[in-house]
Amino acid sequence: MSLSNADDIALSEISATGPQPPLPKAGLVGRSPGQQAWARLRRDRVATVSGAVLILFVVVALAAPLIQRLYGVGPQQQFQDALDGLGMPLGYAGGITGGHWFGLEPGLGRDIFIRMVYGLRTSLVIAVAAAVITTLIGVAAGVLAGYLGGWVGAVIGWVTDFALAMPFLVVALALVPTVTLRFYGPRQAEPAVFRAGLLIVVFAVFGWTGAARLVRGQIVSLREREFVEAARASGVGLGHMLFRQLLPNTWAPILVSFSLAVPSYVTGEAVLSFLGIGIVDPTPDFGAMIYRSIDYLQTDPTYVFFPGVTIFLLVLAFNLFGDSLRDALDPKSSR
Amino acid sequence: MTPRQRRPEPDPDDSGAATPDGDSKATGDSQTTGDSRPAPLLAVEGLTRHFVARRGPRTHSIVRAVDGIDFDVRPGETLGLVGESGCGKTTTGRMLVRLLEPTSGRISFDGQDITHLRGRALRPLRRQLQIIFQDPYSSLNPRHTVGEIVAIPLRVNGVRPPGGITRRVRDLLEIVGLNPEHYNRYPHEFSGGQRQRVGIARALALRPKLIVADEPVSALDVSIQAQVVNLLRQLQRDLGLAFLFIAHDLAVVRHFSHRVAVMYLGRIVEIGARDDIYRNPQHPYTRALLSAVPDVARIGAPPARIRLTGDVSSSLEAESGCRFRGRCWKAQDLCATREPALAHRDGGAQLTACHFPESGPPR
Repeated sequence: MSLSNADDIALSEISATGPQPPLPKAGLVGRSPGQQAWARLRRDRVATVSGAVLILFVVVALAAPLIQRLYGVGPQQQFQDALDGLGMPLGYAGGITGGHWFGLEPGLGRDIFIRMVYGLRTSLVIAVAAAVITTLIGVAAGVLAGYLGGWVGAVIGWVTDFALAMPFLVVALALVPTVTLRFYGPRQAEPAVFRAGLLIVVFAVFGWTGAARLVRGQIVSLREREFVEAARASGVGLGHMLFRQLLPNTWAPILVSFSLAVPSYVTGEAVLSFLGIGIVDPTPDFGAMIYRSIDYLQTDPTYVFFPGVTIFLLVLAFNLFGDSLRDALDPKSSR
Repeated sequence: MTPRQRRPEPDPDDSGAATPDGDSKATGDSQTTGDSRPAPLLAVEGLTRHFVARRGPRTHSIVRAVDGIDFDVRPGETLGLVGESGCGKTTTGRMLVRLLEPTSGRISFDGQDITHLRGRALRPLRRQLQIIFQDPYSSLNPRHTVGEIVAIPLRVNGVRPPGGITRRVRDLLEIVGLNPEHYNRYPHEFSGGQRQRVGIARALALRPKLIVADEPVSALDVSIQAQVVNLLRQLQRDLGLAFLFIAHDLAVVRHFSHRVAVMYLGRIVEIGARDDIYRNPQHPYTRALLSAVPDVARIGAPPARIRLTGDVSSSLEAESGCRFRGRCWKAQDLCATREPALAHRDGGAQLTACHFPESGPPR
């Protein structure tokens, strides 16, 4: 038994030392590094589950108006007759009934489920938009700083350090109300879109530095590789060099940083809304809901339970997925 | 494994490509005597590259990586450039294909001064002057298929070969001995030798007249080295290419080159026809290098190796006199004061930069 095994090994070694190592013949199309990463991702159970949860969240957020129609209740609808004299929902567990799945808000009597569906939409739109914009700015700055170097790199480096040095919360607390007052009077209600846009801008101003540093480092290390010199020796232009040679090799870290940036903006947006400088009532939003629910923590704990658990699941799913994505894209890196 | 014998596209300018065993001995050196050989394809005069090495916020010093070298390469000829690590071989190669800007000196290609060409003016040159890199693992973009890698020089230079780019890429892969059906595969699916073949196909894509081969086989297994060197020789014969073959392996250089230049610390110390250098090395450094080449015929014989003692004197400081004198067993007072010029010495056919040249076969 052992002898035949040894024979097999010896034979296989001899046959493998031909001038051209035999390549698998099944179709002569190679698998790109991206296809391999996708295959690894699909084998990863954590990635599958967290990915499914994320898709569910995104579908719910996108289909909010449809859900409203099926559910039969709107986010601004008030059910005062289902509240008692003190404004607390009637019934058990915050007024959970067949018509109000997650109960009602104390005070105004709005349906919590449909407000969470719309709140999810607000959160995801702001977080994804902020992540896209910061990634784009960061990649552009990082690529230019890394490839061109010289004074361009130095200037971008200074601006990055400056943006990193600014305390985010303090500046946001100072900036958001001031800018809002500049455009709308103190008694004027500003549209929800304005607030959301303002939040995205605030995140973009502060958030691009991470991606910029990451990409700059990647590009600096790639720039020394010989395939970059080979491309230069072939006479390629700057655009080809950046978009065809360098950027395709940085997709993996960019994608991972993007997938980890989204949950941080979800919580960041909730924090700002909790502090009253983010999304304000009546626009449905997780942070604002949790802020309002703190007053009822003892009398109506279900009010804080559902938004809290949902945002926790959302951020957890994003982070787990981001980790799995990193493992799939770069299996050699250790955590 | 060997490329096909047929010539896919015979080059019109593929005239008499001298073979290593041909007339190279008779022509000796080309620097001083106007001989009957064709005009040089590439001529380098006083080429210099200094790097600034920062040691602190204010203090910086200059590394003379390449410090005034002259040589030329004729059409269809291979010039081997040898020397130890850090002597400036690679810097020279990079300057020739204009990946590095020379500090001073002059490079002319086909009679045209290309020393400071930039941007668009460089395009026609890129077509005729290509480079093969040392490390087959970093010289191919891992995100591109082999087909794309070979096609990019054609695409960015707007070359439209008859039959289309794909056809030409397949032909090129076949020329370098790869299966053209592997067009859609990625570099990570190939072995080191196969990757180096892809690098060679990329260098051939624009049908250059001169290829700078920067240690093209030193990263490969010995058995694969022979295959790749034979491929390069085959290509030279078939396509009439000229090579500047940079290497530190003297056996490989002897196999492949018509003429050889030996570099030490940024200067050429000896240059001449291959057989003159290998049979009658004059510079002590060349002799030391040759004595270090393992030789099967001498197994068991008493070791005749010349051991160089001392370190490579730093090329940071400006020096007077011969750069090699610190490690040279023949050094005298003259060597410290006057730098030897590259000239014919003691009736040798090659040019040697040494005040006290040796003679006779090595060892």
